Amino acid sequence: MSQHHRHRTDLSAPSVHLGVDLTDAGAHPAAWRDLGSQAQRLFDAQRLASLVATAQRGLLDLVVLDDAFSLQPVQRHGAQGRLDAALVASRLAPRSAGIGLVPTIDTTHTEPFHVSKAVATIDHVSRGRAAWGVGWSTTPEAARAFGRKGVQDEADAVDEAGDVIDVVGRLWDSWEDDAEIRDVATGRFVDREKLHYVDYEGIRFRVKGPSITPRPPQGRPPVVVRATSDAALTLAARHADVVRLQATSLDEAVAQRELLRTRAADAGRDADQLRVLVDAFVVLADDEASARARLELLDDLEPRAGASTTFEHVGTPDALVAAIDAWVAAGAADGFVVRPSSLSTDLDALVDKVVPTLQSAGLFRTAYPGRTLRDTLGLARPANVFAATA
Amino acid sequence: MTTRRKQIHLGVHFPGVNSTTVWSDPESGSQIDFASFEHLATRAEAAKLDFFFLAEGLRLREHKGRIHDLDVVGRPDTLPVLAALSAVTERIGLAGTINTTFNEPWELARQFATLDVLSGGRAAWNLVTSPDAFTGENFRRGGYLPYAERYERAAEVVEVARTLWDSWDDDAVLADAEGGRFLRPGAVRPVEHHGRYADVVGTFTTPRGPQGHPVLFQAGDSAEGRDFAARTADVIFSMHSSFEAGRAFYDDVQARLVAAGRSRGDLKILPATTVVLGDTAEEAAERAAHIRRQQVSGPTAIAFLEQVWGRDLEAYDPDGPLPDVDPDVENISITRGRVRHARDPLAIVAAWREQAEANRWSIRDLVIHTTTRGSFVGTAQQVAEDLDRHVQEDASDGFILVPHLTPHGLDDVLDQVVPLLQERGVFRTEYSGPTLRDHLGLGRPEVADQATELAG
Repeated sequence: MSQHHRHRTDLSAPSVHLGVDLTDAGAHPAAWRDLGSQAQRLFDAQRLASLVATAQRGLLDLVVLDDAFSLQPVQRHGAQGRLDAALVASRLAPRSAGIGLVPTIDTTHTEPFHVSKAVATIDHVSRGRAAWGVGWSTTPEAARAFGRKGVQDEADAVDEAGDVIDVVGRLWDSWEDDAEIRDVATGRFVDREKLHYVDYEGIRFRVKGPSITPRPPQGRPPVVVRATSDAALTLAARHADVVRLQATSLDEAVAQRELLRTRAADAGRDADQLRVLVDAFVVLADDEASARARLELLDDLEPRAGASTTFEHVGTPDALVAAIDAWVAAGAADGFVVRPSSLSTDLDALVDKVVPTLQSAGLFRTAYPGRTLRDTLGLARPANVFAATA
Repeated sequence: MTTRRKQIHLGVHFPGVNSTTVWSDPESGSQIDFASFEHLATRAEAAKLDFFFLAEGLRLREHKGRIHDLDVVGRPDTLPVLAALSAVTERIGLAGTINTTFNEPWELARQFATLDVLSGGRAAWNLVTSPDAFTGENFRRGGYLPYAERYERAAEVVEVARTLWDSWDDDAVLADAEGGRFLRPGAVRPVEHHGRYADVVGTFTTPRGPQGHPVLFQAGDSAEGRDFAARTADVIFSMHSSFEAGRAFYDDVQARLVAAGRSRGDLKILPATTVVLGDTAEEAAERAAHIRRQQVSGPTAIAFLEQVWGRDLEAYDPDGPLPDVDPDVENISITRGRVRHARDPLAIVAAWREQAEANRWSIRDLVIHTTTRGSFVGTAQQVAEDLDRHVQEDASDGFILVPHLTPHGLDDVLDQVVPLLQERGVFRTEYSGPTLRDHLGLGRPEVADQATELAG
């Protein structure tokens, strides 16, 4: 444990931020073949609800759900098929509390107006626990599924994602918080002065606005961007509230996080309002040898494609706690998005073994600090751009 | 020997943006808070109703170039609300309006397949079309779809969606961990469709839902809309709730159904209607009149006239006589985002002046009388008898109940009228199956023959 965390017991003190990736049966392509994976229930809402309940028991900040418009490429023995992540997140909202829900929603082939009201609605339904995992599509498969435009390269798709984030944010702001007045005396339900046309005109699309959906409880649900390339890192610096970094070493993460903060400051933003979470592929067991053996077994069933691009932990819960502490103390991360190799095994270990140790070390909260995801992340509720300029 | 009486189908409508919801009533709650949706859906489920229905809007309405501010404004996105309701209900169907004009078939098919999977087979899609450039201004697709083409596009979108739903076999997920086969070989087939409105090539991502295809609703009332429904839909959401209009509509649609090669019973006709109850017939009538007066505020009455007059009439007193000026027949864009009522303003205004004079009606009185739709008003016993008569005599197959208050507006109907229908033996006392298709007595579509699919 590093010295500066050791005596922290105050509830209001900053906490490490932890999310967990609930995509598929786990981050390892063979996870569905793991004992207890319940692979025949991969698309079952009850299975997903139970995973969220576990994550919530561990007071984790958020769960992420990946998505794509094309079927996973055929691997030797891989699981295939996905439900629409936004609808899954909404399904998970009413029977959960405290925990943030982060579906990936594409920006390349979707309508920004629809994206805006979908995320706003998940925020309403969850009373302020939605975030938006910004996705973009560069595959010919996704382009052919829609048949409306050609395949886009990454630079173009990321640029378009920036346009979509911009207009979606304005649509969230297109209703001021107190637009609904129900003034019986004048017969007016809303104050139309507090509803705003966004009049967005980009090079790829236009949107008139206002939204049909009142401003979400969080004002703007957090925007989550995966900084998987330099272009994506720039996008994240400009627009993200939560950035998912991929870094294989602590030093690499420190450098990336510094670069991100510099670019955010250059874009006129307060870098302290960014939460940087490093993706952590995790295999947990009571001793390191068992963890290695589990990974070998999974790799045997279905090898992972290519070299890992991000931090991996194959070992004990205590060693993971030490790594989390070291990375956060060194300014490499504000926390992690844990990608359990196998949800059926590693999520329980994370919640029942890693979290309590982090808590007793004073590194992790012992209760949710508020009701919204912004509260949990320590992010301020943003001012409305239209109200501010009115 | 008694013959089994025709069974009534009932849905509840969560009011969206409209002038029928009395927001000014102190008992009116939030139209956005999820608790409101949960209340109506769970109460309807406790009463064993067929489905919960949610409309959508894609642009805020405007009146005289400004956002219309007199009615309820602001609603959530349809499908995420239905997905959330699937977590707090177990049996009731979850029906939502989604426009075919400003959505792409791949995404729509995934969303409805997802809802059907998440809800255990309770999804329904009310297909609507929107040809206007006003709504299009919010979308990439944007622009204007010629009126005549809107059902062509809708038909193609549905055709592609069905092809995508059928591209996964029901038992496609094998999940054979030992053998290492997740999908059954050959059970997920690529799809290729090249049409006028959709160009879709790929392997679909989402399993076939428990219903095979979500139930399809259709709400258009034009001849094209009726033909489209007769060819395509499982349920028509009709606006004809009076007995005579209902009978005429029912006969017309049945004829179109048979002409489309389908059978009676393949298409359920469910008008939207309101119900007002009282301990006596007189009390119910008084309540109905009071509700109508609340629904039509002074400013609402003036705004309604402005749509027909094509003029600013704010200077007129809603409790005074009709405006003495003539309508501006050139001004047809005073209201945008809702269906225009007046095709011949001069004739309408002449008729209204005559009626108002004969009955000594104020502007507000006239609007109340003109805009009152068919509804069922009376004691619970009277209403139950009346609803039953409509269904037994083929004026409809049931009803979609529209409350005037959110979210408690149907509590009394569910508590008082539904048990009487159950006593009459015309409404279920328990759900007989898990899916909405079960509730509606609709068959489950088999996976279409692959050769036919690929020819599409």
